[in-house]
Amino acid sequence: MMHQKVVLRVVSKLLIPPILLFALYVQWHGDFGPGGGFQAGVIFGSAFVLYAILFGVGVARRVAPPWLMRLCLVAGVLLYGGTGVASLLLGGNYLDYNVLAHDPLHGQHLGIILVEFGVGITVAAAMITIFNVFAGQSGDEE
Amino acid sequence: MTAFYVLFLFLPNAAAIEPHLSALQVVIPLLAAPICVVLRDPKLSWLWALIVSWVVFFISLVILGKVLAEGVITYELGGWPPPWGIEYRVDAANAFVLVIVGLIGAITLPYARASVAREIPKARIYLFYLMYLLCLTGLLGITVTGDAFNLFVFLEISSLSSYVMIALGSDRRALTAAFRYLIMGTLGATFYIIGVGMMYMMTGSLNMADLSTLLPAVEETRTVLAAFAFIVVGLGLKMAIFPLHTWLPNAYAYAPSVATVFLASTATKVAIYALLRLVFTVFGGTTLFAVTGVQEVLIILALAAIFAAAFVAVFQNDIKRMLAYSSVSQIGYMVLGIGLATTQGLTGGLVHLFNHAMMKGTAFMAMGAIFYVIGSVQLKDMAGLGRRMPISMAAFLVAGLSLFGTPVTVGFISKWQLAQASLALGWWYIAVGILLASLLAIAYVWRVVEVTYMEPPPEGAPKGEAPVSMLVPMLIMAAATIWFGIDGDTTLSVAQAAAEALMGDQP
Repeated sequence: MMHQKVVLRVVSKLLIPPILLFALYVQWHGDFGPGGGFQAGVIFGSAFVLYAILFGVGVARRVAPPWLMRLCLVAGVLLYGGTGVASLLLGGNYLDYNVLAHDPLHGQHLGIILVEFGVGITVAAAMITIFNVFAGQSGDEE
Repeated sequence: MTAFYVLFLFLPNAAAIEPHLSALQVVIPLLAAPICVVLRDPKLSWLWALIVSWVVFFISLVILGKVLAEGVITYELGGWPPPWGIEYRVDAANAFVLVIVGLIGAITLPYARASVAREIPKARIYLFYLMYLLCLTGLLGITVTGDAFNLFVFLEISSLSSYVMIALGSDRRALTAAFRYLIMGTLGATFYIIGVGMMYMMTGSLNMADLSTLLPAVEETRTVLAAFAFIVVGLGLKMAIFPLHTWLPNAYAYAPSVATVFLASTATKVAIYALLRLVFTVFGGTTLFAVTGVQEVLIILALAAIFAAAFVAVFQNDIKRMLAYSSVSQIGYMVLGIGLATTQGLTGGLVHLFNHAMMKGTAFMAMGAIFYVIGSVQLKDMAGLGRRMPISMAAFLVAGLSLFGTPVTVGFISKWQLAQASLALGWWYIAVGILLASLLAIAYVWRVVEVTYMEPPPEGAPKGEAPVSMLVPMLIMAAATIWFGIDGDTTLSVAQAAAEALMGDQP
């Protein structure tokens, strides 16, 4: 059992917060440097996977319960699509970020950040859900 | 058809919505799909999918009306002009396929409630509708897009969701069928994207209209030749052209009845549309289709499919499997239309997309109803079914008559058109082949008729019809099979406009 491995437990406890922070950095810095929603989502999800491997899937599921992950899966897609619908309602074409703010440059910034955040949420939730399902306990049907 | 467009213009805010119709066609089902997860309840998610399907169908009719009245619709996604941005481009050909997909979705969903509730565990029903909506999104997306890479993305959306739909079947063999389809489908999609990558390498463009002007200059290169081969084989896998059809019979046989009805009537049709679009629009400016021998290969494979698959169908005891083999055979007719490569032949192939969707939809709906009542679609369990379930069997009979091309059914219209097209080219032996293949179709339909109408029902066999909610959509489809068989002009004129739109890019 992994539960007795003190070194692993301590090191992972030290590592998990920086992993989460790094994921957020990759997420929000994605429009200037390498990175973006997909990569950030995978890194964010991997922190949960590491936690689940060392402390047991049951404990990890208390932190990230399946219903919450399911909601996140949905929320990410809707955030992405909703950004497109918002630009439709503001008079632009679908996913035309120019109309989202008072000037096109800010609109493009806002649009890509929202869309990438949607991707990040869904990818992280998908990573965690897939791991939960494969880890033996069903992640989908209780 | 234009009537729907005129009707639409009377709606409030029509002027504001109108320019975005082609985007909404895809966006609505895409964003509706995740809502199913929030709803969770089987009835609510069904109702939601039903509403969305009808909205999608209405939009597709309006788009077809608009295209026929005013010509090509283009839409710049995200406001980026093509060829840099993704362009949605709808002419008569895609509008026609959009209507087929929309119509099948709108008719399948009322049918789905009872059948899905019977065949799929309650806790998973919302997943089925979620996957159905995603599949609908993918199919509509493939059809609407004018961007070769975007087509790949939608191809994956529709494929992944259809694997899940098939795997939800109650028979455990559904899992292996879905896995096999997954392997073959992924190969197909990979081949397609390799082809697109090679085209991009030579031209630097992914926009279909742009590619069609850039490709002729580099058509002599080996890269473009390989791209053409990869794309034809990749899409050939997705559309189950003989001998790449091996995933199809089991997938259709073991999927939930509703998934079979929906996929059999739409998925392969959309893949055929994709091949048409790539061959006649993207490669339309080049001479590759004629000089590389692909045309001859397609005609030979089409004839092989028509005969071999129909022959195998005669020996099937699982009737859903039999109908699946019949689908492979009917796909042969559509490919034949592509292979003839004249406007007349293409019209025949395209009209068969619609007609086959009608008749195969009816036949699989009848099988779904039979499975609902007697819990089996094996021929040995169907004795006397003509008396036990007269309405479902009558619908099946109409579909069966249409499968071998009896006059006053849709099957006759498309076969007649194809036979005439091959005679016009002087290829009379193809017309003879079509006639002979019809005899094979009679053989496999007759086996079912013999058992269900001639044999007496066994003692204590379950009697009675499926619920009205399943019978009405089935009868509508059966009626359409006859209606469009008598009034072939409506569908033929639309198919002709579609064929002209595709061939228009030919030099």
